[in-house]
Amino acid sequence: MTALRDNLVEVRDLTKHFPITQGIIVQRQIGAVKAVDGISFDVKRGETLGLVGETGCGKSTTARLLVRLLHPTSGTVLFDGEDISSRKRATLKSLHRQAQMVFQDPYSSLNPRKTVGSIIAEPYAIHGLYKGEGERKQRVQELMDRVGLNPEHYNRYPHEFSGGQRQRIGVARAIALEPKLLIADEPVSALDVSIQAQVLNLLKRLQREMGLTLVFISHDLSVVRHMCDRVAVMYLGKIVELASSDALYTYPRHPYTGALLSAVPVPDPTGGKRERAILTGDVPSPANPPRACRFHTRCLKAQELCRTEEPLIENKGGDTEAACHFPLTEEEVSEQLPGRSSARADASAGYSSSSTYSDSRASSSPLLLQSLISRKSER
Amino acid sequence: MSPLLEVEDLRVTFDTEDGPVHAVDGISYAVDTGQTLGIVGESGSGKSVTSLTTMGLTRASNTRIQGRIMWDGEDLIAASGREMRRIRGNEIAMIFQDPLSSLHPFYKVGWQLVEAMVSHRDISKAAARAEAVKLLEMVGIPDPDRRVNQYPHEFSGGMRQRVMIAMALANQPKLLIADEPTTALDVTVQAQILALLDDLQRRLGMAIIIITHDLGVIAETADEIAVMYAGRIVEHASTDRIFGSPQHPYTWGLLRSIPRLDTTRDEELVPIAGRPPSLIHRPSGCFFHPRCPYVREAHERIDPELESVPDEPGHEVACLLDPETRAAIWRGLQSGQSPTSLRQLAGESEEGLPTTVPQRLAREARE
Repeated sequence: MTALRDNLVEVRDLTKHFPITQGIIVQRQIGAVKAVDGISFDVKRGETLGLVGETGCGKSTTARLLVRLLHPTSGTVLFDGEDISSRKRATLKSLHRQAQMVFQDPYSSLNPRKTVGSIIAEPYAIHGLYKGEGERKQRVQELMDRVGLNPEHYNRYPHEFSGGQRQRIGVARAIALEPKLLIADEPVSALDVSIQAQVLNLLKRLQREMGLTLVFISHDLSVVRHMCDRVAVMYLGKIVELASSDALYTYPRHPYTGALLSAVPVPDPTGGKRERAILTGDVPSPANPPRACRFHTRCLKAQELCRTEEPLIENKGGDTEAACHFPLTEEEVSEQLPGRSSARADASAGYSSSSTYSDSRASSSPLLLQSLISRKSER
Repeated sequence: MSPLLEVEDLRVTFDTEDGPVHAVDGISYAVDTGQTLGIVGESGSGKSVTSLTTMGLTRASNTRIQGRIMWDGEDLIAASGREMRRIRGNEIAMIFQDPLSSLHPFYKVGWQLVEAMVSHRDISKAAARAEAVKLLEMVGIPDPDRRVNQYPHEFSGGMRQRVMIAMALANQPKLLIADEPTTALDVTVQAQILALLDDLQRRLGMAIIIITHDLGVIAETADEIAVMYAGRIVEHASTDRIFGSPQHPYTWGLLRSIPRLDTTRDEELVPIAGRPPSLIHRPSGCFFHPRCPYVREAHERIDPELESVPDEPGHEVACLLDPETRAAIWRGLQSGQSPTSLRQLAGESEEGLPTTVPQRLAREARE
């Protein structure tokens, strides 16, 4: 047996440009939307990798490239050591047996005219598995039970289910083939708050039970932190920072990551006033991204160098990689997100971490943060 | 002095083919000048219907509205259509979740702003236009002279929401109702909009009702919070109290089921089992009992009323558990115990549980 590679997926210099055309009969290309513009990362076996960023940063395009629902403009995607970026369409079936996707909208991603049983059984029909009718039904009902649906509802239609249950149907369909890689594209964004946790817990449990590798895409930074081991932050088609969850959320190095974290409202009115780094303006158009560092138009730390030279993504200490000429310093981080960093400090100091009313007030003290940082630098 | 807006025992029922939908079922609250009231709840909890009714936007042949909405000494429920048109967009303004569908795609942004002013005030078009530019500037739209001549599609999501806010402020309303104002926006833009609302409130001294499902947004904006469930207010208190000593099991559920950035990463999420009830066939007794981990047999029969919490002035809750039990459970939840392990705090023995509970627990275990 060949040794298992550490990385299930290796992405190198991946780009996807969507052409902008002009003219009706004779179309000529007048530009391109650079949805994904040269990104490289690995997905380790069994881990959960998060992709975060604002609308239009290319995170969904990246997901679709990973399972070849889109054809990349250039670059390579190695899945289990094999290059899938140049494969012919007809040969993609074997890939899709190993890599499946859960979509954002549980309403439009299920065919309303099919029963739940046949929706979940569809992967088997496509791949010619469990051909006996009784066998297939039994298998589907096992899956339904596994994702927390009542197996007796086999013959019901999607409209008879609530949003959370529909998302479970989507998950059941995605794990039917026991894939190695599951890509979840905003799986809880369309769900009510009280239902989100049900689906997040389900995904975590399935990952544990089946040894799944998960790529989790979301714009919600709290959800990503909860789910993911490592996180890649995207901005205008580029990865600007890639780090372990713990490092990224306690000591973000890229000013964009810092601004994102600082913008998240905290459900704790006593959480200490922080110097919010509120970004001005909007995300520029990916059809015409700024030169050099793409973030310089909104960056609070931008200098001349940022307008002339593009920063490369490189190691900034620990396991954090960031693409920035002037990464955030410890002081800036503690100003922008005091309560948050210290919540980690609490945890690493071994406290039980329920942020109680009085706790959270005390934990905003810069001392705890300092101790965290000094511990970091000792390492 | 009576408050700016006072809602008393408001009930809104929609008659449908399947039976009456009790969208809002006897809620009361008040808002004062300069104050922000947050209404939090899930879809179908009646939070939007409440504010739409205040604006007179739910009037239809199949709607029954009862109760009183007192505004400036006048009951808005009894007000005539003409009277409502005078108030709406003038004294009370509203911004909605989706700024793209709330702006007319055919008309320039400036024209839409001018219309809002001309229809309520005795002002010339030219003067209104000059004011429109000032409004756009006030809500932080760069280059307002040029932007005023653009169409909504030329604006980004955040900029459109700013236009909506400018339009809502055109006649200097005393009350601004913001229904999920940032749900469709990215987090960095959300921070901009929330900061803008805060700044405008301080400068113009208006009252704000903010409706959202996001506990983070509400913690940062509201002075006072009403938690809604199935058309009723189940808990009502100052923001500090709602987050510091919440009393209702549903509020606990909401607080414990969201991942947050200020706790440790491996903290387990505790989802609320089941799903919100149908507003046509509502549960008996306490509306939350089919999802409540601390349910007792009596809760199936008795409908709790909104009552004051002892020793906490201004804190009201509709829950049948006694205050000491609630305090004990909340302490347990905060120290990381699971709702299941705290169940026995609600009563001595497993006897006296509703018959449905064992079935429900089996189902929850499977989920």
